[in-house]
Amino acid sequence: MMFRRTALVAALSVVALTAAACGGDDDSSASEPAVESDVEFEAGTTMAELAEAGTIRVGTKIDQPGFGLENLEGEIEGFDVEVAKIIAGALGIAEEDIEFVATPSAVREDVIEGDEVDMVVATYTINDTRKERISFAGPYYLAGQQIMVAADNDDITGPESLKENPDAKVCSVTGSTPAEQIVEYLASPDQLTLFDEYSQCADSLRNGQVAAVTTDNVILLGFVAESEDEFKLVGEQFTEEPYGIGITKGDVAFCEFINDTLQENEDAYIEAWESTAGQVEGTETPELPEPAPCA
Amino acid sequence: MSPVFDNIDLFVDGFLTSLRIILFALAGALPLGVLIAACRVSPIPPLRAFGTFWVTTFRNTPLTVVLFFCAFGLPELGINNSFFFFGVLGLVLYTSAFVAEAVRSGINSVPAGQAEAARSIGLNFTQGLRFVVLPQALRTVVPPLGSVLIAMMKNSAVVGAFGVGGDLWSTGQRLTSALGYATFPIFVGGVAVGYLVITLSAGALLQVLERKVAIAR
Repeated sequence: MMFRRTALVAALSVVALTAAACGGDDDSSASEPAVESDVEFEAGTTMAELAEAGTIRVGTKIDQPGFGLENLEGEIEGFDVEVAKIIAGALGIAEEDIEFVATPSAVREDVIEGDEVDMVVATYTINDTRKERISFAGPYYLAGQQIMVAADNDDITGPESLKENPDAKVCSVTGSTPAEQIVEYLASPDQLTLFDEYSQCADSLRNGQVAAVTTDNVILLGFVAESEDEFKLVGEQFTEEPYGIGITKGDVAFCEFINDTLQENEDAYIEAWESTAGQVEGTETPELPEPAPCA
Repeated sequence: MSPVFDNIDLFVDGFLTSLRIILFALAGALPLGVLIAACRVSPIPPLRAFGTFWVTTFRNTPLTVVLFFCAFGLPELGINNSFFFFGVLGLVLYTSAFVAEAVRSGINSVPAGQAEAARSIGLNFTQGLRFVVLPQALRTVVPPLGSVLIAMMKNSAVVGAFGVGGDLWSTGQRLTSALGYATFPIFVGGVAVGYLVITLSAGALLQVLERKVAIAR
């Protein structure tokens, strides 16, 4: 029994360390986004309603380091949170009046359709299936999928080499866009291993259960940074994942308002990046992407 | 309902994967559970202690913790195998404790005179258990054992989250999350129906079995 217990403790502490390291951002330097004091909107628009109410409900992730991660005090921090603050500020809503709602990937459309939130900023890749149920403002960030392997792995050099190594398992998260997009690079669907969280993929990479982990570059960079040279990224980014802000389908005025707000607050945008996801070594400060037309 | 029919091939694949997990787990948990039950009633103290330890450990640990130990703890010790193997192993270990207790209750229901009679005609403990007590015990435990096994079939959904993937539950997750389908029709119309097909047919099978092996007392 003794060896079992040690192993369990070891396994648990790995997870605890990973989680702790994820939460280790020192973000106190972030300056507060400006809050407009005198705002006026055309009656009947979403903006007028929100400004009138003085509060906004925002869906974010709570488990995504750098983008939306709940810290030990129960506050959610990350780039998505900062972006939401910029938009709320332009509506005259102060930071403390934003109500953040934990929104895992699977329910993002549902909470918008069910009017449980006013917008979703949650590493939300813009795609056509999703557009059938909701509308997107933005994009506000362009991520790209990449591959992470153990530092001593020379067999896998990019997505193309996965077919040549059919025994090499690739790990990603159930129900994520990267898990869908990697399939065409695999020798067979069995090559894909799926977990609920990326930290579980990282653990499996560490103990040799999988040979590679794939998802958006920013998430992987977070793991590389905290792995102490155990992991490395290989190959180029092979997809483009435009992150958008999910809103009620057909709310063109709100969509345009969000796009304009982001364009007008580029400095705050860059600061939001640098105080959160940008703190991971190896990331580049993005330029605000050209907004897609609202529909 | 159309989100389910549009993706019927995915659901069929998921159904088969779930069924595969269940069949392997059944094949492992049933014999192992009977063996552990035999340990628990054995006259040899170390075997009894082992049986009690086994049941105490696996009956009182959440399934996710057992699966976590298999999928992450064993590789940490240098034991690498497929996640499918680890998942089925975890489910077998966990379920065997419940099977053992159900079978033990059956053994206890067999009148002591039966074991004594077996002894008096010269059978030793193992023979007595195997030829006299267990055949009677297993007949009485069909209903409680059935509940344990149906619970196990539903627990197979948890296995899917430990790197196995592609089972009914994970298929539902994938459709709602990555492919953007509405949650309600997928989980109610597809995933739940899939599990119901498995559990209801298992229930019907158990009923037939119960009637077939019933003994008049």
